Order: sequence, then structure tokens, then C-alpha cells
Amino acid sequence: MTAPVFQQDQDLSGLIACPRCDVLHRAEELADGQRAKCARCGTVLMWPREGAFLHVVSFSFTGMILMIGAIFFPFLEIAAGGLSHKSSIFGVAMAFSDGFLAPLAFAVLAMIVALPIFRFVALIYTLWPLANGRPAYRHAATTFRLVQELQPWAMAEIFIIGTAVALVKIAGLATVSLGPAFWAFCALIIVIALKNSFVSDWTIWKAIGQK
Amino acid sequence: MNALTATDAGLVGCTRCGLVWHQDVSHCGRCGAHLRIVNSHGLQAVWAWWIAGLVFYIPANLLPMLVTTTLGHAQKNTIVGGAIELWKHHNYGVALIVFGASIMIPIGKFIAVAYLAIMVGNERRRGGAPHLHMLEVVEFIGRWSMIDVFVVAILSALVQLGFVASIHPGPAAASFALSVAFTMLSAQSFDPRLIWRGPDREKK
Repeated sequence: MTAPVFQQDQDLSGLIACPRCDVLHRAEELADGQRAKCARCGTVLMWPREGAFLHVVSFSFTGMILMIGAIFFPFLEIAAGGLSHKSSIFGVAMAFSDGFLAPLAFAVLAMIVALPIFRFVALIYTLWPLANGRPAYRHAATTFRLVQELQPWAMAEIFIIGTAVALVKIAGLATVSLGPAFWAFCALIIVIALKNSFVSDWTIWKAIGQK
Repeated sequence: MNALTATDAGLVGCTRCGLVWHQDVSHCGRCGAHLRIVNSHGLQAVWAWWIAGLVFYIPANLLPMLVTTTLGHAQKNTIVGGAIELWKHHNYGVALIVFGASIMIPIGKFIAVAYLAIMVGNERRRGGAPHLHMLEVVEFIGRWSMIDVFVVAILSALVQLGFVASIHPGPAAASFALSVAFTMLSAQSFDPRLIWRGPDREKK
């Protein structure tokens, strides 16, 4: 396991500084499934898993296909008193497109569709060559850094809980039917969670860094 | 626990990928992130976003979030009003989710981030793990406030039954979304490494 450093090393490439509390550790090779935690604050520093890159690539592919389906299939439909109205995911974002709320429409579209898709594509771009044992493509470092930085802003899972709340609010007012896009989105959340369980930042950075 | 930190060793650790560099290096050679030396200047950004978030939180609560028109009769609901409405209709669970996500979480975030920022460099702070844990909870839970914006979007997109019933978003939706985004940025600008550094070593 990684041990905290008490004396300064000359070679810096084998060191890892905990991003949360700054304690220096010597990075050592871990066996499959082992976790290295920071000795002071307990933040997980490395978590390599066998075949992780290929898993992340395949989950990203699945996620991308589900998201494309979620965009084009109908999302929700309501009916009351002989009238009905349906909306796609795109229509949900466009709910804010009137007047001065228009920028919010773009923000919502980014948070629920554009950013999750970008992260899938960027992860495939970064990890595909690495999974095949080849050197990373150009700008892989920038791409993967963006993947990490944009993570808090991709809110697909929050959106689906929002949908549940909205459904309860409408329930008394009209009958709601759930479209294929709704189920695609639910599946998407599970795929994202599975994908995240295979991402070990340090391992990916190390692979990108090897020229 | 007195393990050597990168700063004490005269080095700087990349907060993005963990690699360690000499302090005169400005960008991480592996991931390209800007290398920040641990000091309390970063707190200015935390406070700037914090104040921006608070400023937008006020109209978010005073202005209507939803405008519901049923049979020609328009009703405007604020965030709190919407939660109360749900409670009255016996949807207690959902009322609590809405109340938690739009009232408790934002206010809790303001208090938690301010507390963490004030306690940096305070001699009497107990520091360490509980504070880091608090920041992680704020970072994790903060995004969930956006739920109310999505609810408004879904309701407004779906409930468009002409004269019978229609729902439109109110101006509070925009200020609430901005408030959530600003407080997320505030928590993100907080450098957790500050939590661990005592005031004595801060002066250097």
C-alpha cells in the first residue's frame, strides 16, 4: 500500500500528493481491486481494477446510445379532460425559452444532455487507445481534465429525481404516461453509476502520462 | 499525524491528478492543471461566489417560481408556497424533498461554507477530518438543489392543456438556478488543503 513520506525524495514522479490534504505518499503498484487511501484524511488515491479502461469505454458507449434514444423518443405525455400534451427531453429544456429565461434553457440542456454526452465521448476518446495498450491520443490530458472538471455540472441523475417529483405534482391533475425516453434515462443513471465505479483517476492519469 | 505535506517539502501537489512538482512550476506537466500553492488568498473567490449566491437566493424566494393557470384563473407559487401546497395535498414525502432541496440544503450550504472559510487559520479550530467531511457533504449535496429547476422545467413543458390547465415558469427559476450554480462554485473554490494547515505554518 502507499505509505506516507517522511523524508523528501529526489525523484518526484513516484510521489502522489493527496489533493484534499496535501500529504505526500509514495505511489506503489497495487494489486487488482486494492484501494490506496490517504494516510491522514482517508481520501481514495488509487483504485485500479482489472480491465477498468475497457469497462469504462463500454459503459460510456452504452450511455451514449441510451442518451441518444432519450433525446428522440417521447419522454412524458399527459391527458386530462379529453386534451393531451406530450413532451420530449428537448421540450423540457425549451420550457424556459420564452423571454429573459432563455439562457436557462441552454443551461438546462447542457446539464441534462450536452454535458453527459460530452463526458461519454471524451472518456471514449481518452481511454480507447489506453485500453488497447497504445499511447494516448493527442490532447488526451486536456480532454480527461475537462471530464473531471465538468463532472459536478452533469446532472442526469438529479433530473430523473426531478421527474419523479414532477410526476407526483401532476398526478392529481391529469393522467401521465411514461415514454421510452423516461426508461432510457432511468437505465442511463445505472450505467453512469457502474461506469463511475471503474474510474480510478490516478491510474488513468498515469496511463496518459506514459508516452 | 505529522506526515510530510508537499508544501512543507517545498513542493506543490497537483490537485487534479496528484502528481508533485517543484514550487516554481506553474502548470502540471501531466494533466495541464494550474498548480496552486496552498494559501488563504483562494478564500476571496470562495467569499465572492458565496455573496453572489446569497444575493440571487433572495429573489429566488420572493418571486414566483411557477405560474399555474386553471380555467382562466392564474395562481403564482413561490418555492415555499409550492412545498406547502404539496403538504396540503397530503404528499408529505415529496413536500419534504422539495423543502429539503430548495430551502434546507441551500441555507445549510451557506452556513457550512461560511463556517469553513472563517475557521481557516483560527487557532481554536479542531480542524481536520470533520471539516473535510463537511466540505465533501456540501460538494456532494449542493448539486441536488437544482432539482427544483428541473421540476419547473418538466411541469412547464408538460402541462400545456390550453384553457384547462397550463403551467409557466416564473422569474424565480432563473435566480434560483444562478444561486445554486454560484454556491457550487463557492464550494469548489474552497481549497480543502487549507483545512489541515494551522495558522502558524500559514505565515511561513
